[in-house]
Formats: sequence, C-alpha cells, structure tokens
Amino acid sequence: MEIKGIKEGILVTLEEQEWQDAKDALIGKIKEKGDFFKGAQLVFDVGNMVLGANELGEVCDLLMAHDVILHGVISKSLVTQKVAKEMGLVTKVEKPRLNSEQKLKPLETVFTGEPAIFIHRTLRSGFKVAYQGHVIVLGDVNPGAEIIATGSVVVWGRLRGTVHAGAEGDQAAVVCALDLSPTQLRIASKITTTPQEQVESKPEIASIVDGQIIAEPWKH
Amino acid sequence: MNGRVVTITSGKGGVGKTTTTANLGLALASLGQNVVCIDTDIGLRNLDVVMGLENRIVYDLVDAVEGNCRLTQAMIRDRRYANLHLIPAAQTRDKSAIAPSDMVRLCNELRPEVDWVIIDSPAGIERGFRNALAPADEVLVITNPEVSSVRDADRIIGLVEADEKAPAKLVINRINPGMVKRGDMLSASDVVDLLAIPLIGIVPEDESVLVSTNHGQPVVLNDKSKAGTAFLNIARRLMGEDVPLMVLDEKEGLLMRLGKLFSGGS
Repeated sequence: MEIKGIKEGILVTLEEQEWQDAKDALIGKIKEKGDFFKGAQLVFDVGNMVLGANELGEVCDLLMAHDVILHGVISKSLVTQKVAKEMGLVTKVEKPRLNSEQKLKPLETVFTGEPAIFIHRTLRSGFKVAYQGHVIVLGDVNPGAEIIATGSVVVWGRLRGTVHAGAEGDQAAVVCALDLSPTQLRIASKITTTPQEQVESKPEIASIVDGQIIAEPWKH
Repeated sequence: MNGRVVTITSGKGGVGKTTTTANLGLALASLGQNVVCIDTDIGLRNLDVVMGLENRIVYDLVDAVEGNCRLTQAMIRDRRYANLHLIPAAQTRDKSAIAPSDMVRLCNELRPEVDWVIIDSPAGIERGFRNALAPADEVLVITNPEVSSVRDADRIIGLVEADEKAPAKLVINRINPGMVKRGDMLSASDVVDLLAIPLIGIVPEDESVLVSTNHGQPVVLNDKSKAGTAFLNIARRLMGEDVPLMVLDEKEGLLMRLGKLFSGGS
C-alpha cells in the first residue's frame, strides 16, 4: 500500500488483491497511524479492482467511523468509475509529476544577456566611462580617454586611450577593437601597453592567456 | 547687423591662438566686415601687442563688464582699418574678474553693431576658457601638427561638444611641408583623422609670422606671406566662400600639376 499527499488530500494506492484483504489492510493502516488520517480526505487508487456500490458504501462507512472522508476513487475499471461517480466521488486527481519530469526544463532559446552600456560617440581626451558591466563604444576612444568596466570592452572604432576590463578581477574579460592600439590595456590585474612599431590596423581581441595579456587578430 | 561670435581656442598654449585672432580680425576687416576682437586672457594680455595697439589702451574688458566705462570706450580702433576694434584684456586682474554670463551679455550687446566678434581664448580649460566659450556661435580649435597639441585639441573639442552650443572647426597651424614629407611631422590628414572635425584652414610655418608679430603688423597684411594668405583664406571660408586649401609644397604642387597635365593630355 502506498500513501502519498496530493492536492485533494491523501492518495492511497491499494494493492490489487481480494477487496476484503485490501479493505482490512487499509483499516489496519488507519488504526495504526491514528492521528495522521484523522479528518483527512482520502482518494483510493484501486487499479483494476472492480468495486460495486456495496463495497464502496461499506468502506465509506468504515472510514467515517475513523473520522476519515472518502473523497474519490481512481480506477481503470469503467464499472468502478461509474459507481464512484454515482456516489458523488471524484474519479480523477491531478497526479503529482514525477521528479524527473520536474527537473526537465524547456530548452532555453532566449538569452537575457548581461548588463552593458552602449556609447555612440567618440570618447575624446579627458572623458571617462566607468561601468559595472560591459562597455560598448561605437566610435573612437582617443588618447587621454579612459574606460573602466567590470566586464568586457568592445570598441567599434579605434581604441587609443586607456582601458581596464574586468576591473574587479574578472580574468575572463576581453577587450576588442577594430584598431586595438590602447595607450594602456588592463585586464583584471594584468597590464600591458601597445608596441610602438606601427603595424597595419586590424580588428583584434585581447584576453588573458596563461597569465598574460595576449592580443590576437580577429578570426571569424 | 547680426554678428557672429567666433571663439579661437586650443587648450595648449603657444600654438597660435592670438596670432590667429589678430590675423582673422584684420583679414575680415580687409574684406569690408565690421569686426571686434576681444582678448579674454585676463592677466596675460597679448592681443593688443600682436595687433600693435598696446599704447592706445585706456579701458579694458573688465572695465566694460564692471561698468567703469561704456562698452564703446573699451573698444580700441585699429590703426589700419576703421572697421576693426579691439577690446583688450585687463592686465592687472585675473580670470575670475569676469564670468561666462558677463561675456554672453557683452556679446549680445555687440551683435547688433558688428559682423564678427572674434574672441581670443586663454590657454587651459578653466575659467578663462569657459568665459571665452560661453558666447560662441562657432569655435575654431587651433592645433599644431604635434602630438601634445593634438591631444589638447582633442580635449578641448570634447569640452566644446559637451557644451552642445557651438560647432568646432579645426585650424592646423605651423605645418612644415618638408618635415611632413620626410615623415618627421604629423600630416594634416593625420591630425584630421584623429580629431574628426571639419578642417577650416591649414597655415604653413612661416618666419614672417614671428617678424610681423614683433612689429605689431599681423602677417595677413603681407601679400607675399603664405601664412598670411592662409589666414585670409580662413576668413573667406568663415564668410561662406568656397576657397580650396592651398598647395603647400611648391615642388610637389608643380609636379602634381605637371602630372595632371600629362595624364590629362594622354
């Protein structure tokens, strides 16, 4: 015999056997548990057992004597269902979901992303952007300008000022720009400068690799 | 008349703000415009010297603002052009003697009387610069083709943009075509590339600027000077004329013209 709490009350799944035995087992259980069943609403799951009005009426009375109410009967037998309905009992309950089903979330296809600010202008010398999150600039970052972000920094333009990504220690932060030539580039606690020699400007992305800041050309 | 107020500024000192102010003032006056130049570099006045008007100063900008004299009394008439005036800075006071609102009020008073008010800003980004910027309808940012001056120009342009009133245009002063050619000096296009604002003039380096400054005779009065011509061209562009940029390198210019001639003929 299986006993489970459900929305409607207590679901008791009775083993398929002679009704008399099942009934005795049930009453025995109620007596044994005493207070647990007091005032409870019961729903029986009787499986394939075929029960008539007599059987159900009897068990109803027996339960009543123990201060327990019969609320419903779930059965695979159409006869039992019909009888139960005629007695005003419910024949369906919301079955509690299996645990494995609960854990299975729908596949997530909408990204909520992370906080970032978008700056659509050129940052000139003396201007500063500080942000808890990522920073995206559409425009140039001129020498003397400064960007500080706890996340990553993306510059769609020339980056020639000072930039600090992962300012609170995020080693995974990156800095990328169409022309990555910052006066000084910091990621987390690492720091680097741009080599003096003039190279052809190309999109690059800088990140920490093996404890060092490395700038690599952007590959699709 | 509804005069336009043009502020000449640079951030860095010594790049040619005062020279530009004096030359633009004279150039506009020579083109028949009514012009008032104002020196806002209170405590470090220069414009009067460059314009050769030092010995005529009785009242100055601070006197006019404080009401010690009428505005017209502080306006010194130029020796060469009767339609050019200078309001000199006070030499014995400092920048805090006037406020940006004083400059706005003063320029509003001048606008109906003149075609142009040219304001010479002091170096720096503090009070004096704010005074000069406040009344501006247009800002000319002067820079030299040299990194620190370009850096300061960038800062100034940022501040002008933040002010959201007047558009900034660029004057590149003291460019040396020979040095640019050898790769020893930033080219005009390098500078424009970085600063990304419209270019209104390129002035070549020219010894006659220094000579004429010392004599209080702005170089624009000298027909033979390339720098003088460049300033005159800027004045004409301010007036809305479409004047092409000068060919600075004579040899290259000639070669290019020859090249064009040949390619045109073939």
